Amino acid sequence: MSLPVGRRGFLAGIGALFVSGCSKMAETDTAQSLFSAAQGWHQKVHRSLADRKALAREYPRSAISPFFRGNGSRTVDTDAYRASLASGFADWRLEVRGLVDTPLSLSLDNLRALPQRTQITRHDCVEGWSAIGEWTGPQLSTLLDAAGVQDSAKFVVFRCADTYVGRKYYESVDMVDAFHPQTIIAHSLNGEPLPERNGAPLRMRIERQLGYKHAKYLTAIEVVDTLDDIGGGKGGYWEDRLGYQWYAGI
Amino acid sequence: MKKHALSTRIWHWLNLVCLVILFMSGLNISNAHPYLYWGEWGFSPSQAWLEVPRFPGWMTIPDYYSLAKARDWHVLMAWPFALGLLFMWVAMLANGHFWRDLRTAPREWRPKAVWHDVVEHLKLNFEHGPAKYNFLQKLAYGLVLGVFLPGMVFTGLAISPGFEPAAPWLVDLFGGRQSARSLHFLFAFGLFGFLVVHVVLVLLNKPWSLMRDMITGGSNRWGDKS
Repeated sequence: MSLPVGRRGFLAGIGALFVSGCSKMAETDTAQSLFSAAQGWHQKVHRSLADRKALAREYPRSAISPFFRGNGSRTVDTDAYRASLASGFADWRLEVRGLVDTPLSLSLDNLRALPQRTQITRHDCVEGWSAIGEWTGPQLSTLLDAAGVQDSAKFVVFRCADTYVGRKYYESVDMVDAFHPQTIIAHSLNGEPLPERNGAPLRMRIERQLGYKHAKYLTAIEVVDTLDDIGGGKGGYWEDRLGYQWYAGI
Repeated sequence: MKKHALSTRIWHWLNLVCLVILFMSGLNISNAHPYLYWGEWGFSPSQAWLEVPRFPGWMTIPDYYSLAKARDWHVLMAWPFALGLLFMWVAMLANGHFWRDLRTAPREWRPKAVWHDVVEHLKLNFEHGPAKYNFLQKLAYGLVLGVFLPGMVFTGLAISPGFEPAAPWLVDLFGGRQSARSLHFLFAFGLFGFLVVHVVLVLLNKPWSLMRDMITGGSNRWGDKS
């Protein structure tokens, strides 16, 4: 090639143009709606190829990872949380509220008295790593049925005690995932109370989605008909802050 | 009859665009956790079989670190990539391209024949076989179309926790989720290697007429040769 910049310069130029072109294109409304459409197609395919209640894989005890890594918030940086932690979370309450007939406020003892589900599942982080742990807790469906979900309900929002880089953590799922049999409120990991780094005293398990959906340091479960007026309106902390996909099954 | 069927030409260029965007957004995704593991789980460098180097911005989409935006591109382009590959397989089985040009005969696998083909390639003589493609070309195209490209799709599906309940056997087939992730990476670099060799050989051979033929279809000169 007899270009004055030379082949390597030429290729690097093409590459830079292409990459910056992609970055610019990605900012347009068309690209944004394509991205969210593609996400929706994946979700539809996942839900039509397998039963909506189909279970994520459960493993034997021997498959449990030697350690369960904590990621994101590893504690809640408030005096109230530290005091609660020191007292074994005797004063912790989990509220069930929003579009329900009977709002609930439950202690850890109340939650442990409900029918329990124990599942050994693989946790997949959006970054790429995986760890296997045994989780125990009541199914979210038990709580929702007890509270009586109203017909207008479309989403379940998980409110958290932790603040990460200056913002309150929260997450949300639709009613299909909310009523999935493996969607539990875990109070135990590997037969022990949930460690601080993994979300003590309560965290969600949403086994058919990536780790950022599994809200930790859980304080309330809110049934809503729209996500628009919650946080930044995109249905979760990472969705609002950096544009992560709301459907995290991919 | 044209040298390249219209279906082949459309797929070839569509697939190039998909592969480039998927590869470059994939490098951005790799930067999020540049460690690869075997088996079902793995989360710390001490368990990794490979620490992947960090890819600089000019190699990635977008051109700065953003796992969320890279995933947007990756998740979008997976569609035309996978459906395009399905289309190409249906087209080349239906129009005879696979049976006529890509399928190898047992005699082509004889060591002597393979050696002859390697020597001719090293002499940069690419049109030495009786058929449209010689053995090494068939082998390369066969590996790409039959193993690496579908391998990308299937390992990609296997790392998706939402897809897994539909086909848990797929994850087992690859030896666990982290193995599937490692293979996804290896297949990607296999394809990158193919792309480099493919482009170099085109440049060494007849770059302009080969490029032109893959756009316009060209005339079937291979028919005259036999």
